[in-house]
Amino acid sequence: MPDIDSILEKYSYTQHDNLIPILQEIQDDFGYLSKEALVKVGDYLKIPTGKIYGLATFYSQFRFEPKGKYHIRICNGTSCHINSNFIILKELKKKLGINDGEVTKNGLFSLEETECMSGCGFGPVMMVNEKVYTRLTLEKVPEIIHFYLQIENE
Amino acid sequence: MAEITNQNNKDFIINSILLNDSENYTKDILDKLSFIKRDKVTFPVITVSQNSCSIITGTQNLTQIIKDYLVERDIKAHVIEVGSLGICSVETLISVQLPGKTKLLYKDVSEENVIAILDGNFNNYIAEENVFCQFRNTMHEPYENLPYLDEISFFSNQQRIILKNCGIIDPGSIDEYIAFGGYKTFVKAIRHYTHEDVCNIVDESNLRGRGGEGYFTGKKWKIALNTPAEQKYLICNAGESDPGAFMERLLIESDPHKVVEGIAISAYAIGAKKALIYIEWEYDLAIKRLSNAIQQAKEYGLIGHDILKSGYSLDIIIKKGAGAYVCGEETALIASIEGKRGRPHSKPPYPATKGLFGQPTIVNNVETLVNIPIIIEKGANWFNSIGTANSKGTKVFSVSGKVEFVGMVEVVMGTKIRDIIYRIAGGIPKNKRFKAVHIGGPSGGTLGEEHIDTLVDYDSVILTGASLGSAGMVVLDEDNCIIDTVKYFMNFLQKESCGICIPCREGTRRMYEILENISKRPKDDFGHTTLQRFKGVMQLENLAEVIKDTSMCGLGKKAANPVLTTLKWFRDEYEEHIFERNCSAGVCQELRTFEINVEACTGCTLCAKKCPTGAIFGTPKNTHFIVQDKCIGCGICYETCKFSAIISK
Repeated sequence: MPDIDSILEKYSYTQHDNLIPILQEIQDDFGYLSKEALVKVGDYLKIPTGKIYGLATFYSQFRFEPKGKYHIRICNGTSCHINSNFIILKELKKKLGINDGEVTKNGLFSLEETECMSGCGFGPVMMVNEKVYTRLTLEKVPEIIHFYLQIENE
Repeated sequence: MAEITNQNNKDFIINSILLNDSENYTKDILDKLSFIKRDKVTFPVITVSQNSCSIITGTQNLTQIIKDYLVERDIKAHVIEVGSLGICSVETLISVQLPGKTKLLYKDVSEENVIAILDGNFNNYIAEENVFCQFRNTMHEPYENLPYLDEISFFSNQQRIILKNCGIIDPGSIDEYIAFGGYKTFVKAIRHYTHEDVCNIVDESNLRGRGGEGYFTGKKWKIALNTPAEQKYLICNAGESDPGAFMERLLIESDPHKVVEGIAISAYAIGAKKALIYIEWEYDLAIKRLSNAIQQAKEYGLIGHDILKSGYSLDIIIKKGAGAYVCGEETALIASIEGKRGRPHSKPPYPATKGLFGQPTIVNNVETLVNIPIIIEKGANWFNSIGTANSKGTKVFSVSGKVEFVGMVEVVMGTKIRDIIYRIAGGIPKNKRFKAVHIGGPSGGTLGEEHIDTLVDYDSVILTGASLGSAGMVVLDEDNCIIDTVKYFMNFLQKESCGICIPCREGTRRMYEILENISKRPKDDFGHTTLQRFKGVMQLENLAEVIKDTSMCGLGKKAANPVLTTLKWFRDEYEEHIFERNCSAGVCQELRTFEINVEACTGCTLCAKKCPTGAIFGTPKNTHFIVQDKCIGCGICYETCKFSAIISK
């Protein structure tokens, strides 16, 4: 079980430039930044929590809710866009009933639009956890979601 | 590999290669080098392309599969992971080099077909579907009727100077990098050149920053060198963050030692004892390979305290960026490293005099730094002989979108855009018509058919209103809508604007809204909506000019570029959207028109019930029809029809 204190110990509390690396490490271990984590970091570095929250919301890396069991990352790079990824995105949002950065109520799926994933030759590209889906078409979206729902039902 | 142990290798490399000032090596040294370079192999050597482009095809376990295969069949062979050759569309590539034969390259390799390909190769049968080409090597027996790599148009029209090693060498091996000539320039520089010497060579070479502004690198360095300070910093900006560019990522993944050497020489040039690499957090493979490269360089004493007893010390650390486009701007990047929000501040003071923690700081992008070793090695005159009058050297582009071969390409400055698209990237697939090319990411511009013969250098591209920027090149064909693409960039920019100055924060948002408005049909036709939309476009032009003139940093100043260039070169497309409410590419979904296919309609009445404006008429079990004047193009009928009777146009 990762814990915040052991992460904080690695960094000097006098250097404010450690703030972003600390937040990154916490997110790597926990998957998101909880309120408690932000308060603890603030206490450690002697920075107001509000300031830390302000900074964390500025950067797109940080998230404040846990990811879903199946974290869907869909590429929103230029090349995927001109290969009509917006149709896929719309369908996904409709099927899951969530928007970018949100998690479904049952905690199964979360959706994240990302910048270029370097799959420009195979767009539109999407990842569900570590599994990559390339050359997506509208028909494939329900199949993919169905596949994960089926795993859950079993 | 058995006859040379690692320790021996290290001593040999340092004493016989790096500290050896003579250019002529003894035969013994040459033999050892050619062994490390795998010129002649005694066992078969298989290289597997592992970079972010190939992994996305689902082949992250390919190396393991090949290793298992070799163990199973009891075949003695070396398996090496390499970076990218630049040609992404045919990934995953593997190469097989049998003793005495030339190196053979296979394309489109997957975890499923790899066994069959290798089986064939070891039994003198070459899988025709997957074979791509062979590498030219006069010492070995070639395969018959197979093209050489340098005959493939993707490669033959490029001039690969800084990408030379990419996809060839093992990014995880410092020995190999040194055997291919690496680090020698760095060692020469710190032993025989002063800081001023290095700055002078770079200044005379007229190298311009590849990050977008195009400022002369040598001039910038001299400012930092001549500013007295306790500590100076060199920052390598590897936070690409343009959503359509990936070449720096591939470059780092393929040849990380070259980046480290470039940083080391540049840090020496300005007298910095500390260098930082600011890299996007998402580039995990690049970060892994870069950390490994730094670690190896430390073990060889090429980074650290008193490097090879020259008296110069250098430390390189990696800082992971947390994802913000504006951090490409140097002052914002510095703020981000200091642990603040990545917001730019107005210049002067320039970072070269007062940057990170108030000390002189040079921020250079990856491509600029990678150019340094070869400039120092071959001299300013050599570099000046390549390129056009005001833009020297080569430029790396990532070409993507509607082209046959997506990839990372390197061309001489002054190459025509047409040559990059048609001769290197193979033109537009499926016989579609070329529409436009977008250069430079969200801050760049879109050029049409009439500008396709523009030369790629700093000055020619600026004349068209675009900018080289991040050098992402995205090609659009007739199926793409210009308005939609500009809207995409505007949406990106309004999200990424740091919010500190009003023209950029509010302006990008308003521009996005205007574009959104003209790609929609009005809910009703009262209140002169057509006139309003037209006014919108008039304002768009005004707004764009104001944003350009009054924003503080580069992001804002260039934010209007996509709009301004398209208004200039694709005005007819705007007019079509506004006056005819039509998107001929069929991309703007809300401008679509719908019709009912009489034969397929069963008269279920579902569409008529769902239609929000009551535009669909018909009685149960009879064919329905749409009144076009009432239709707002929402597409609900299209989505609800279970018989695919509604046709979208």
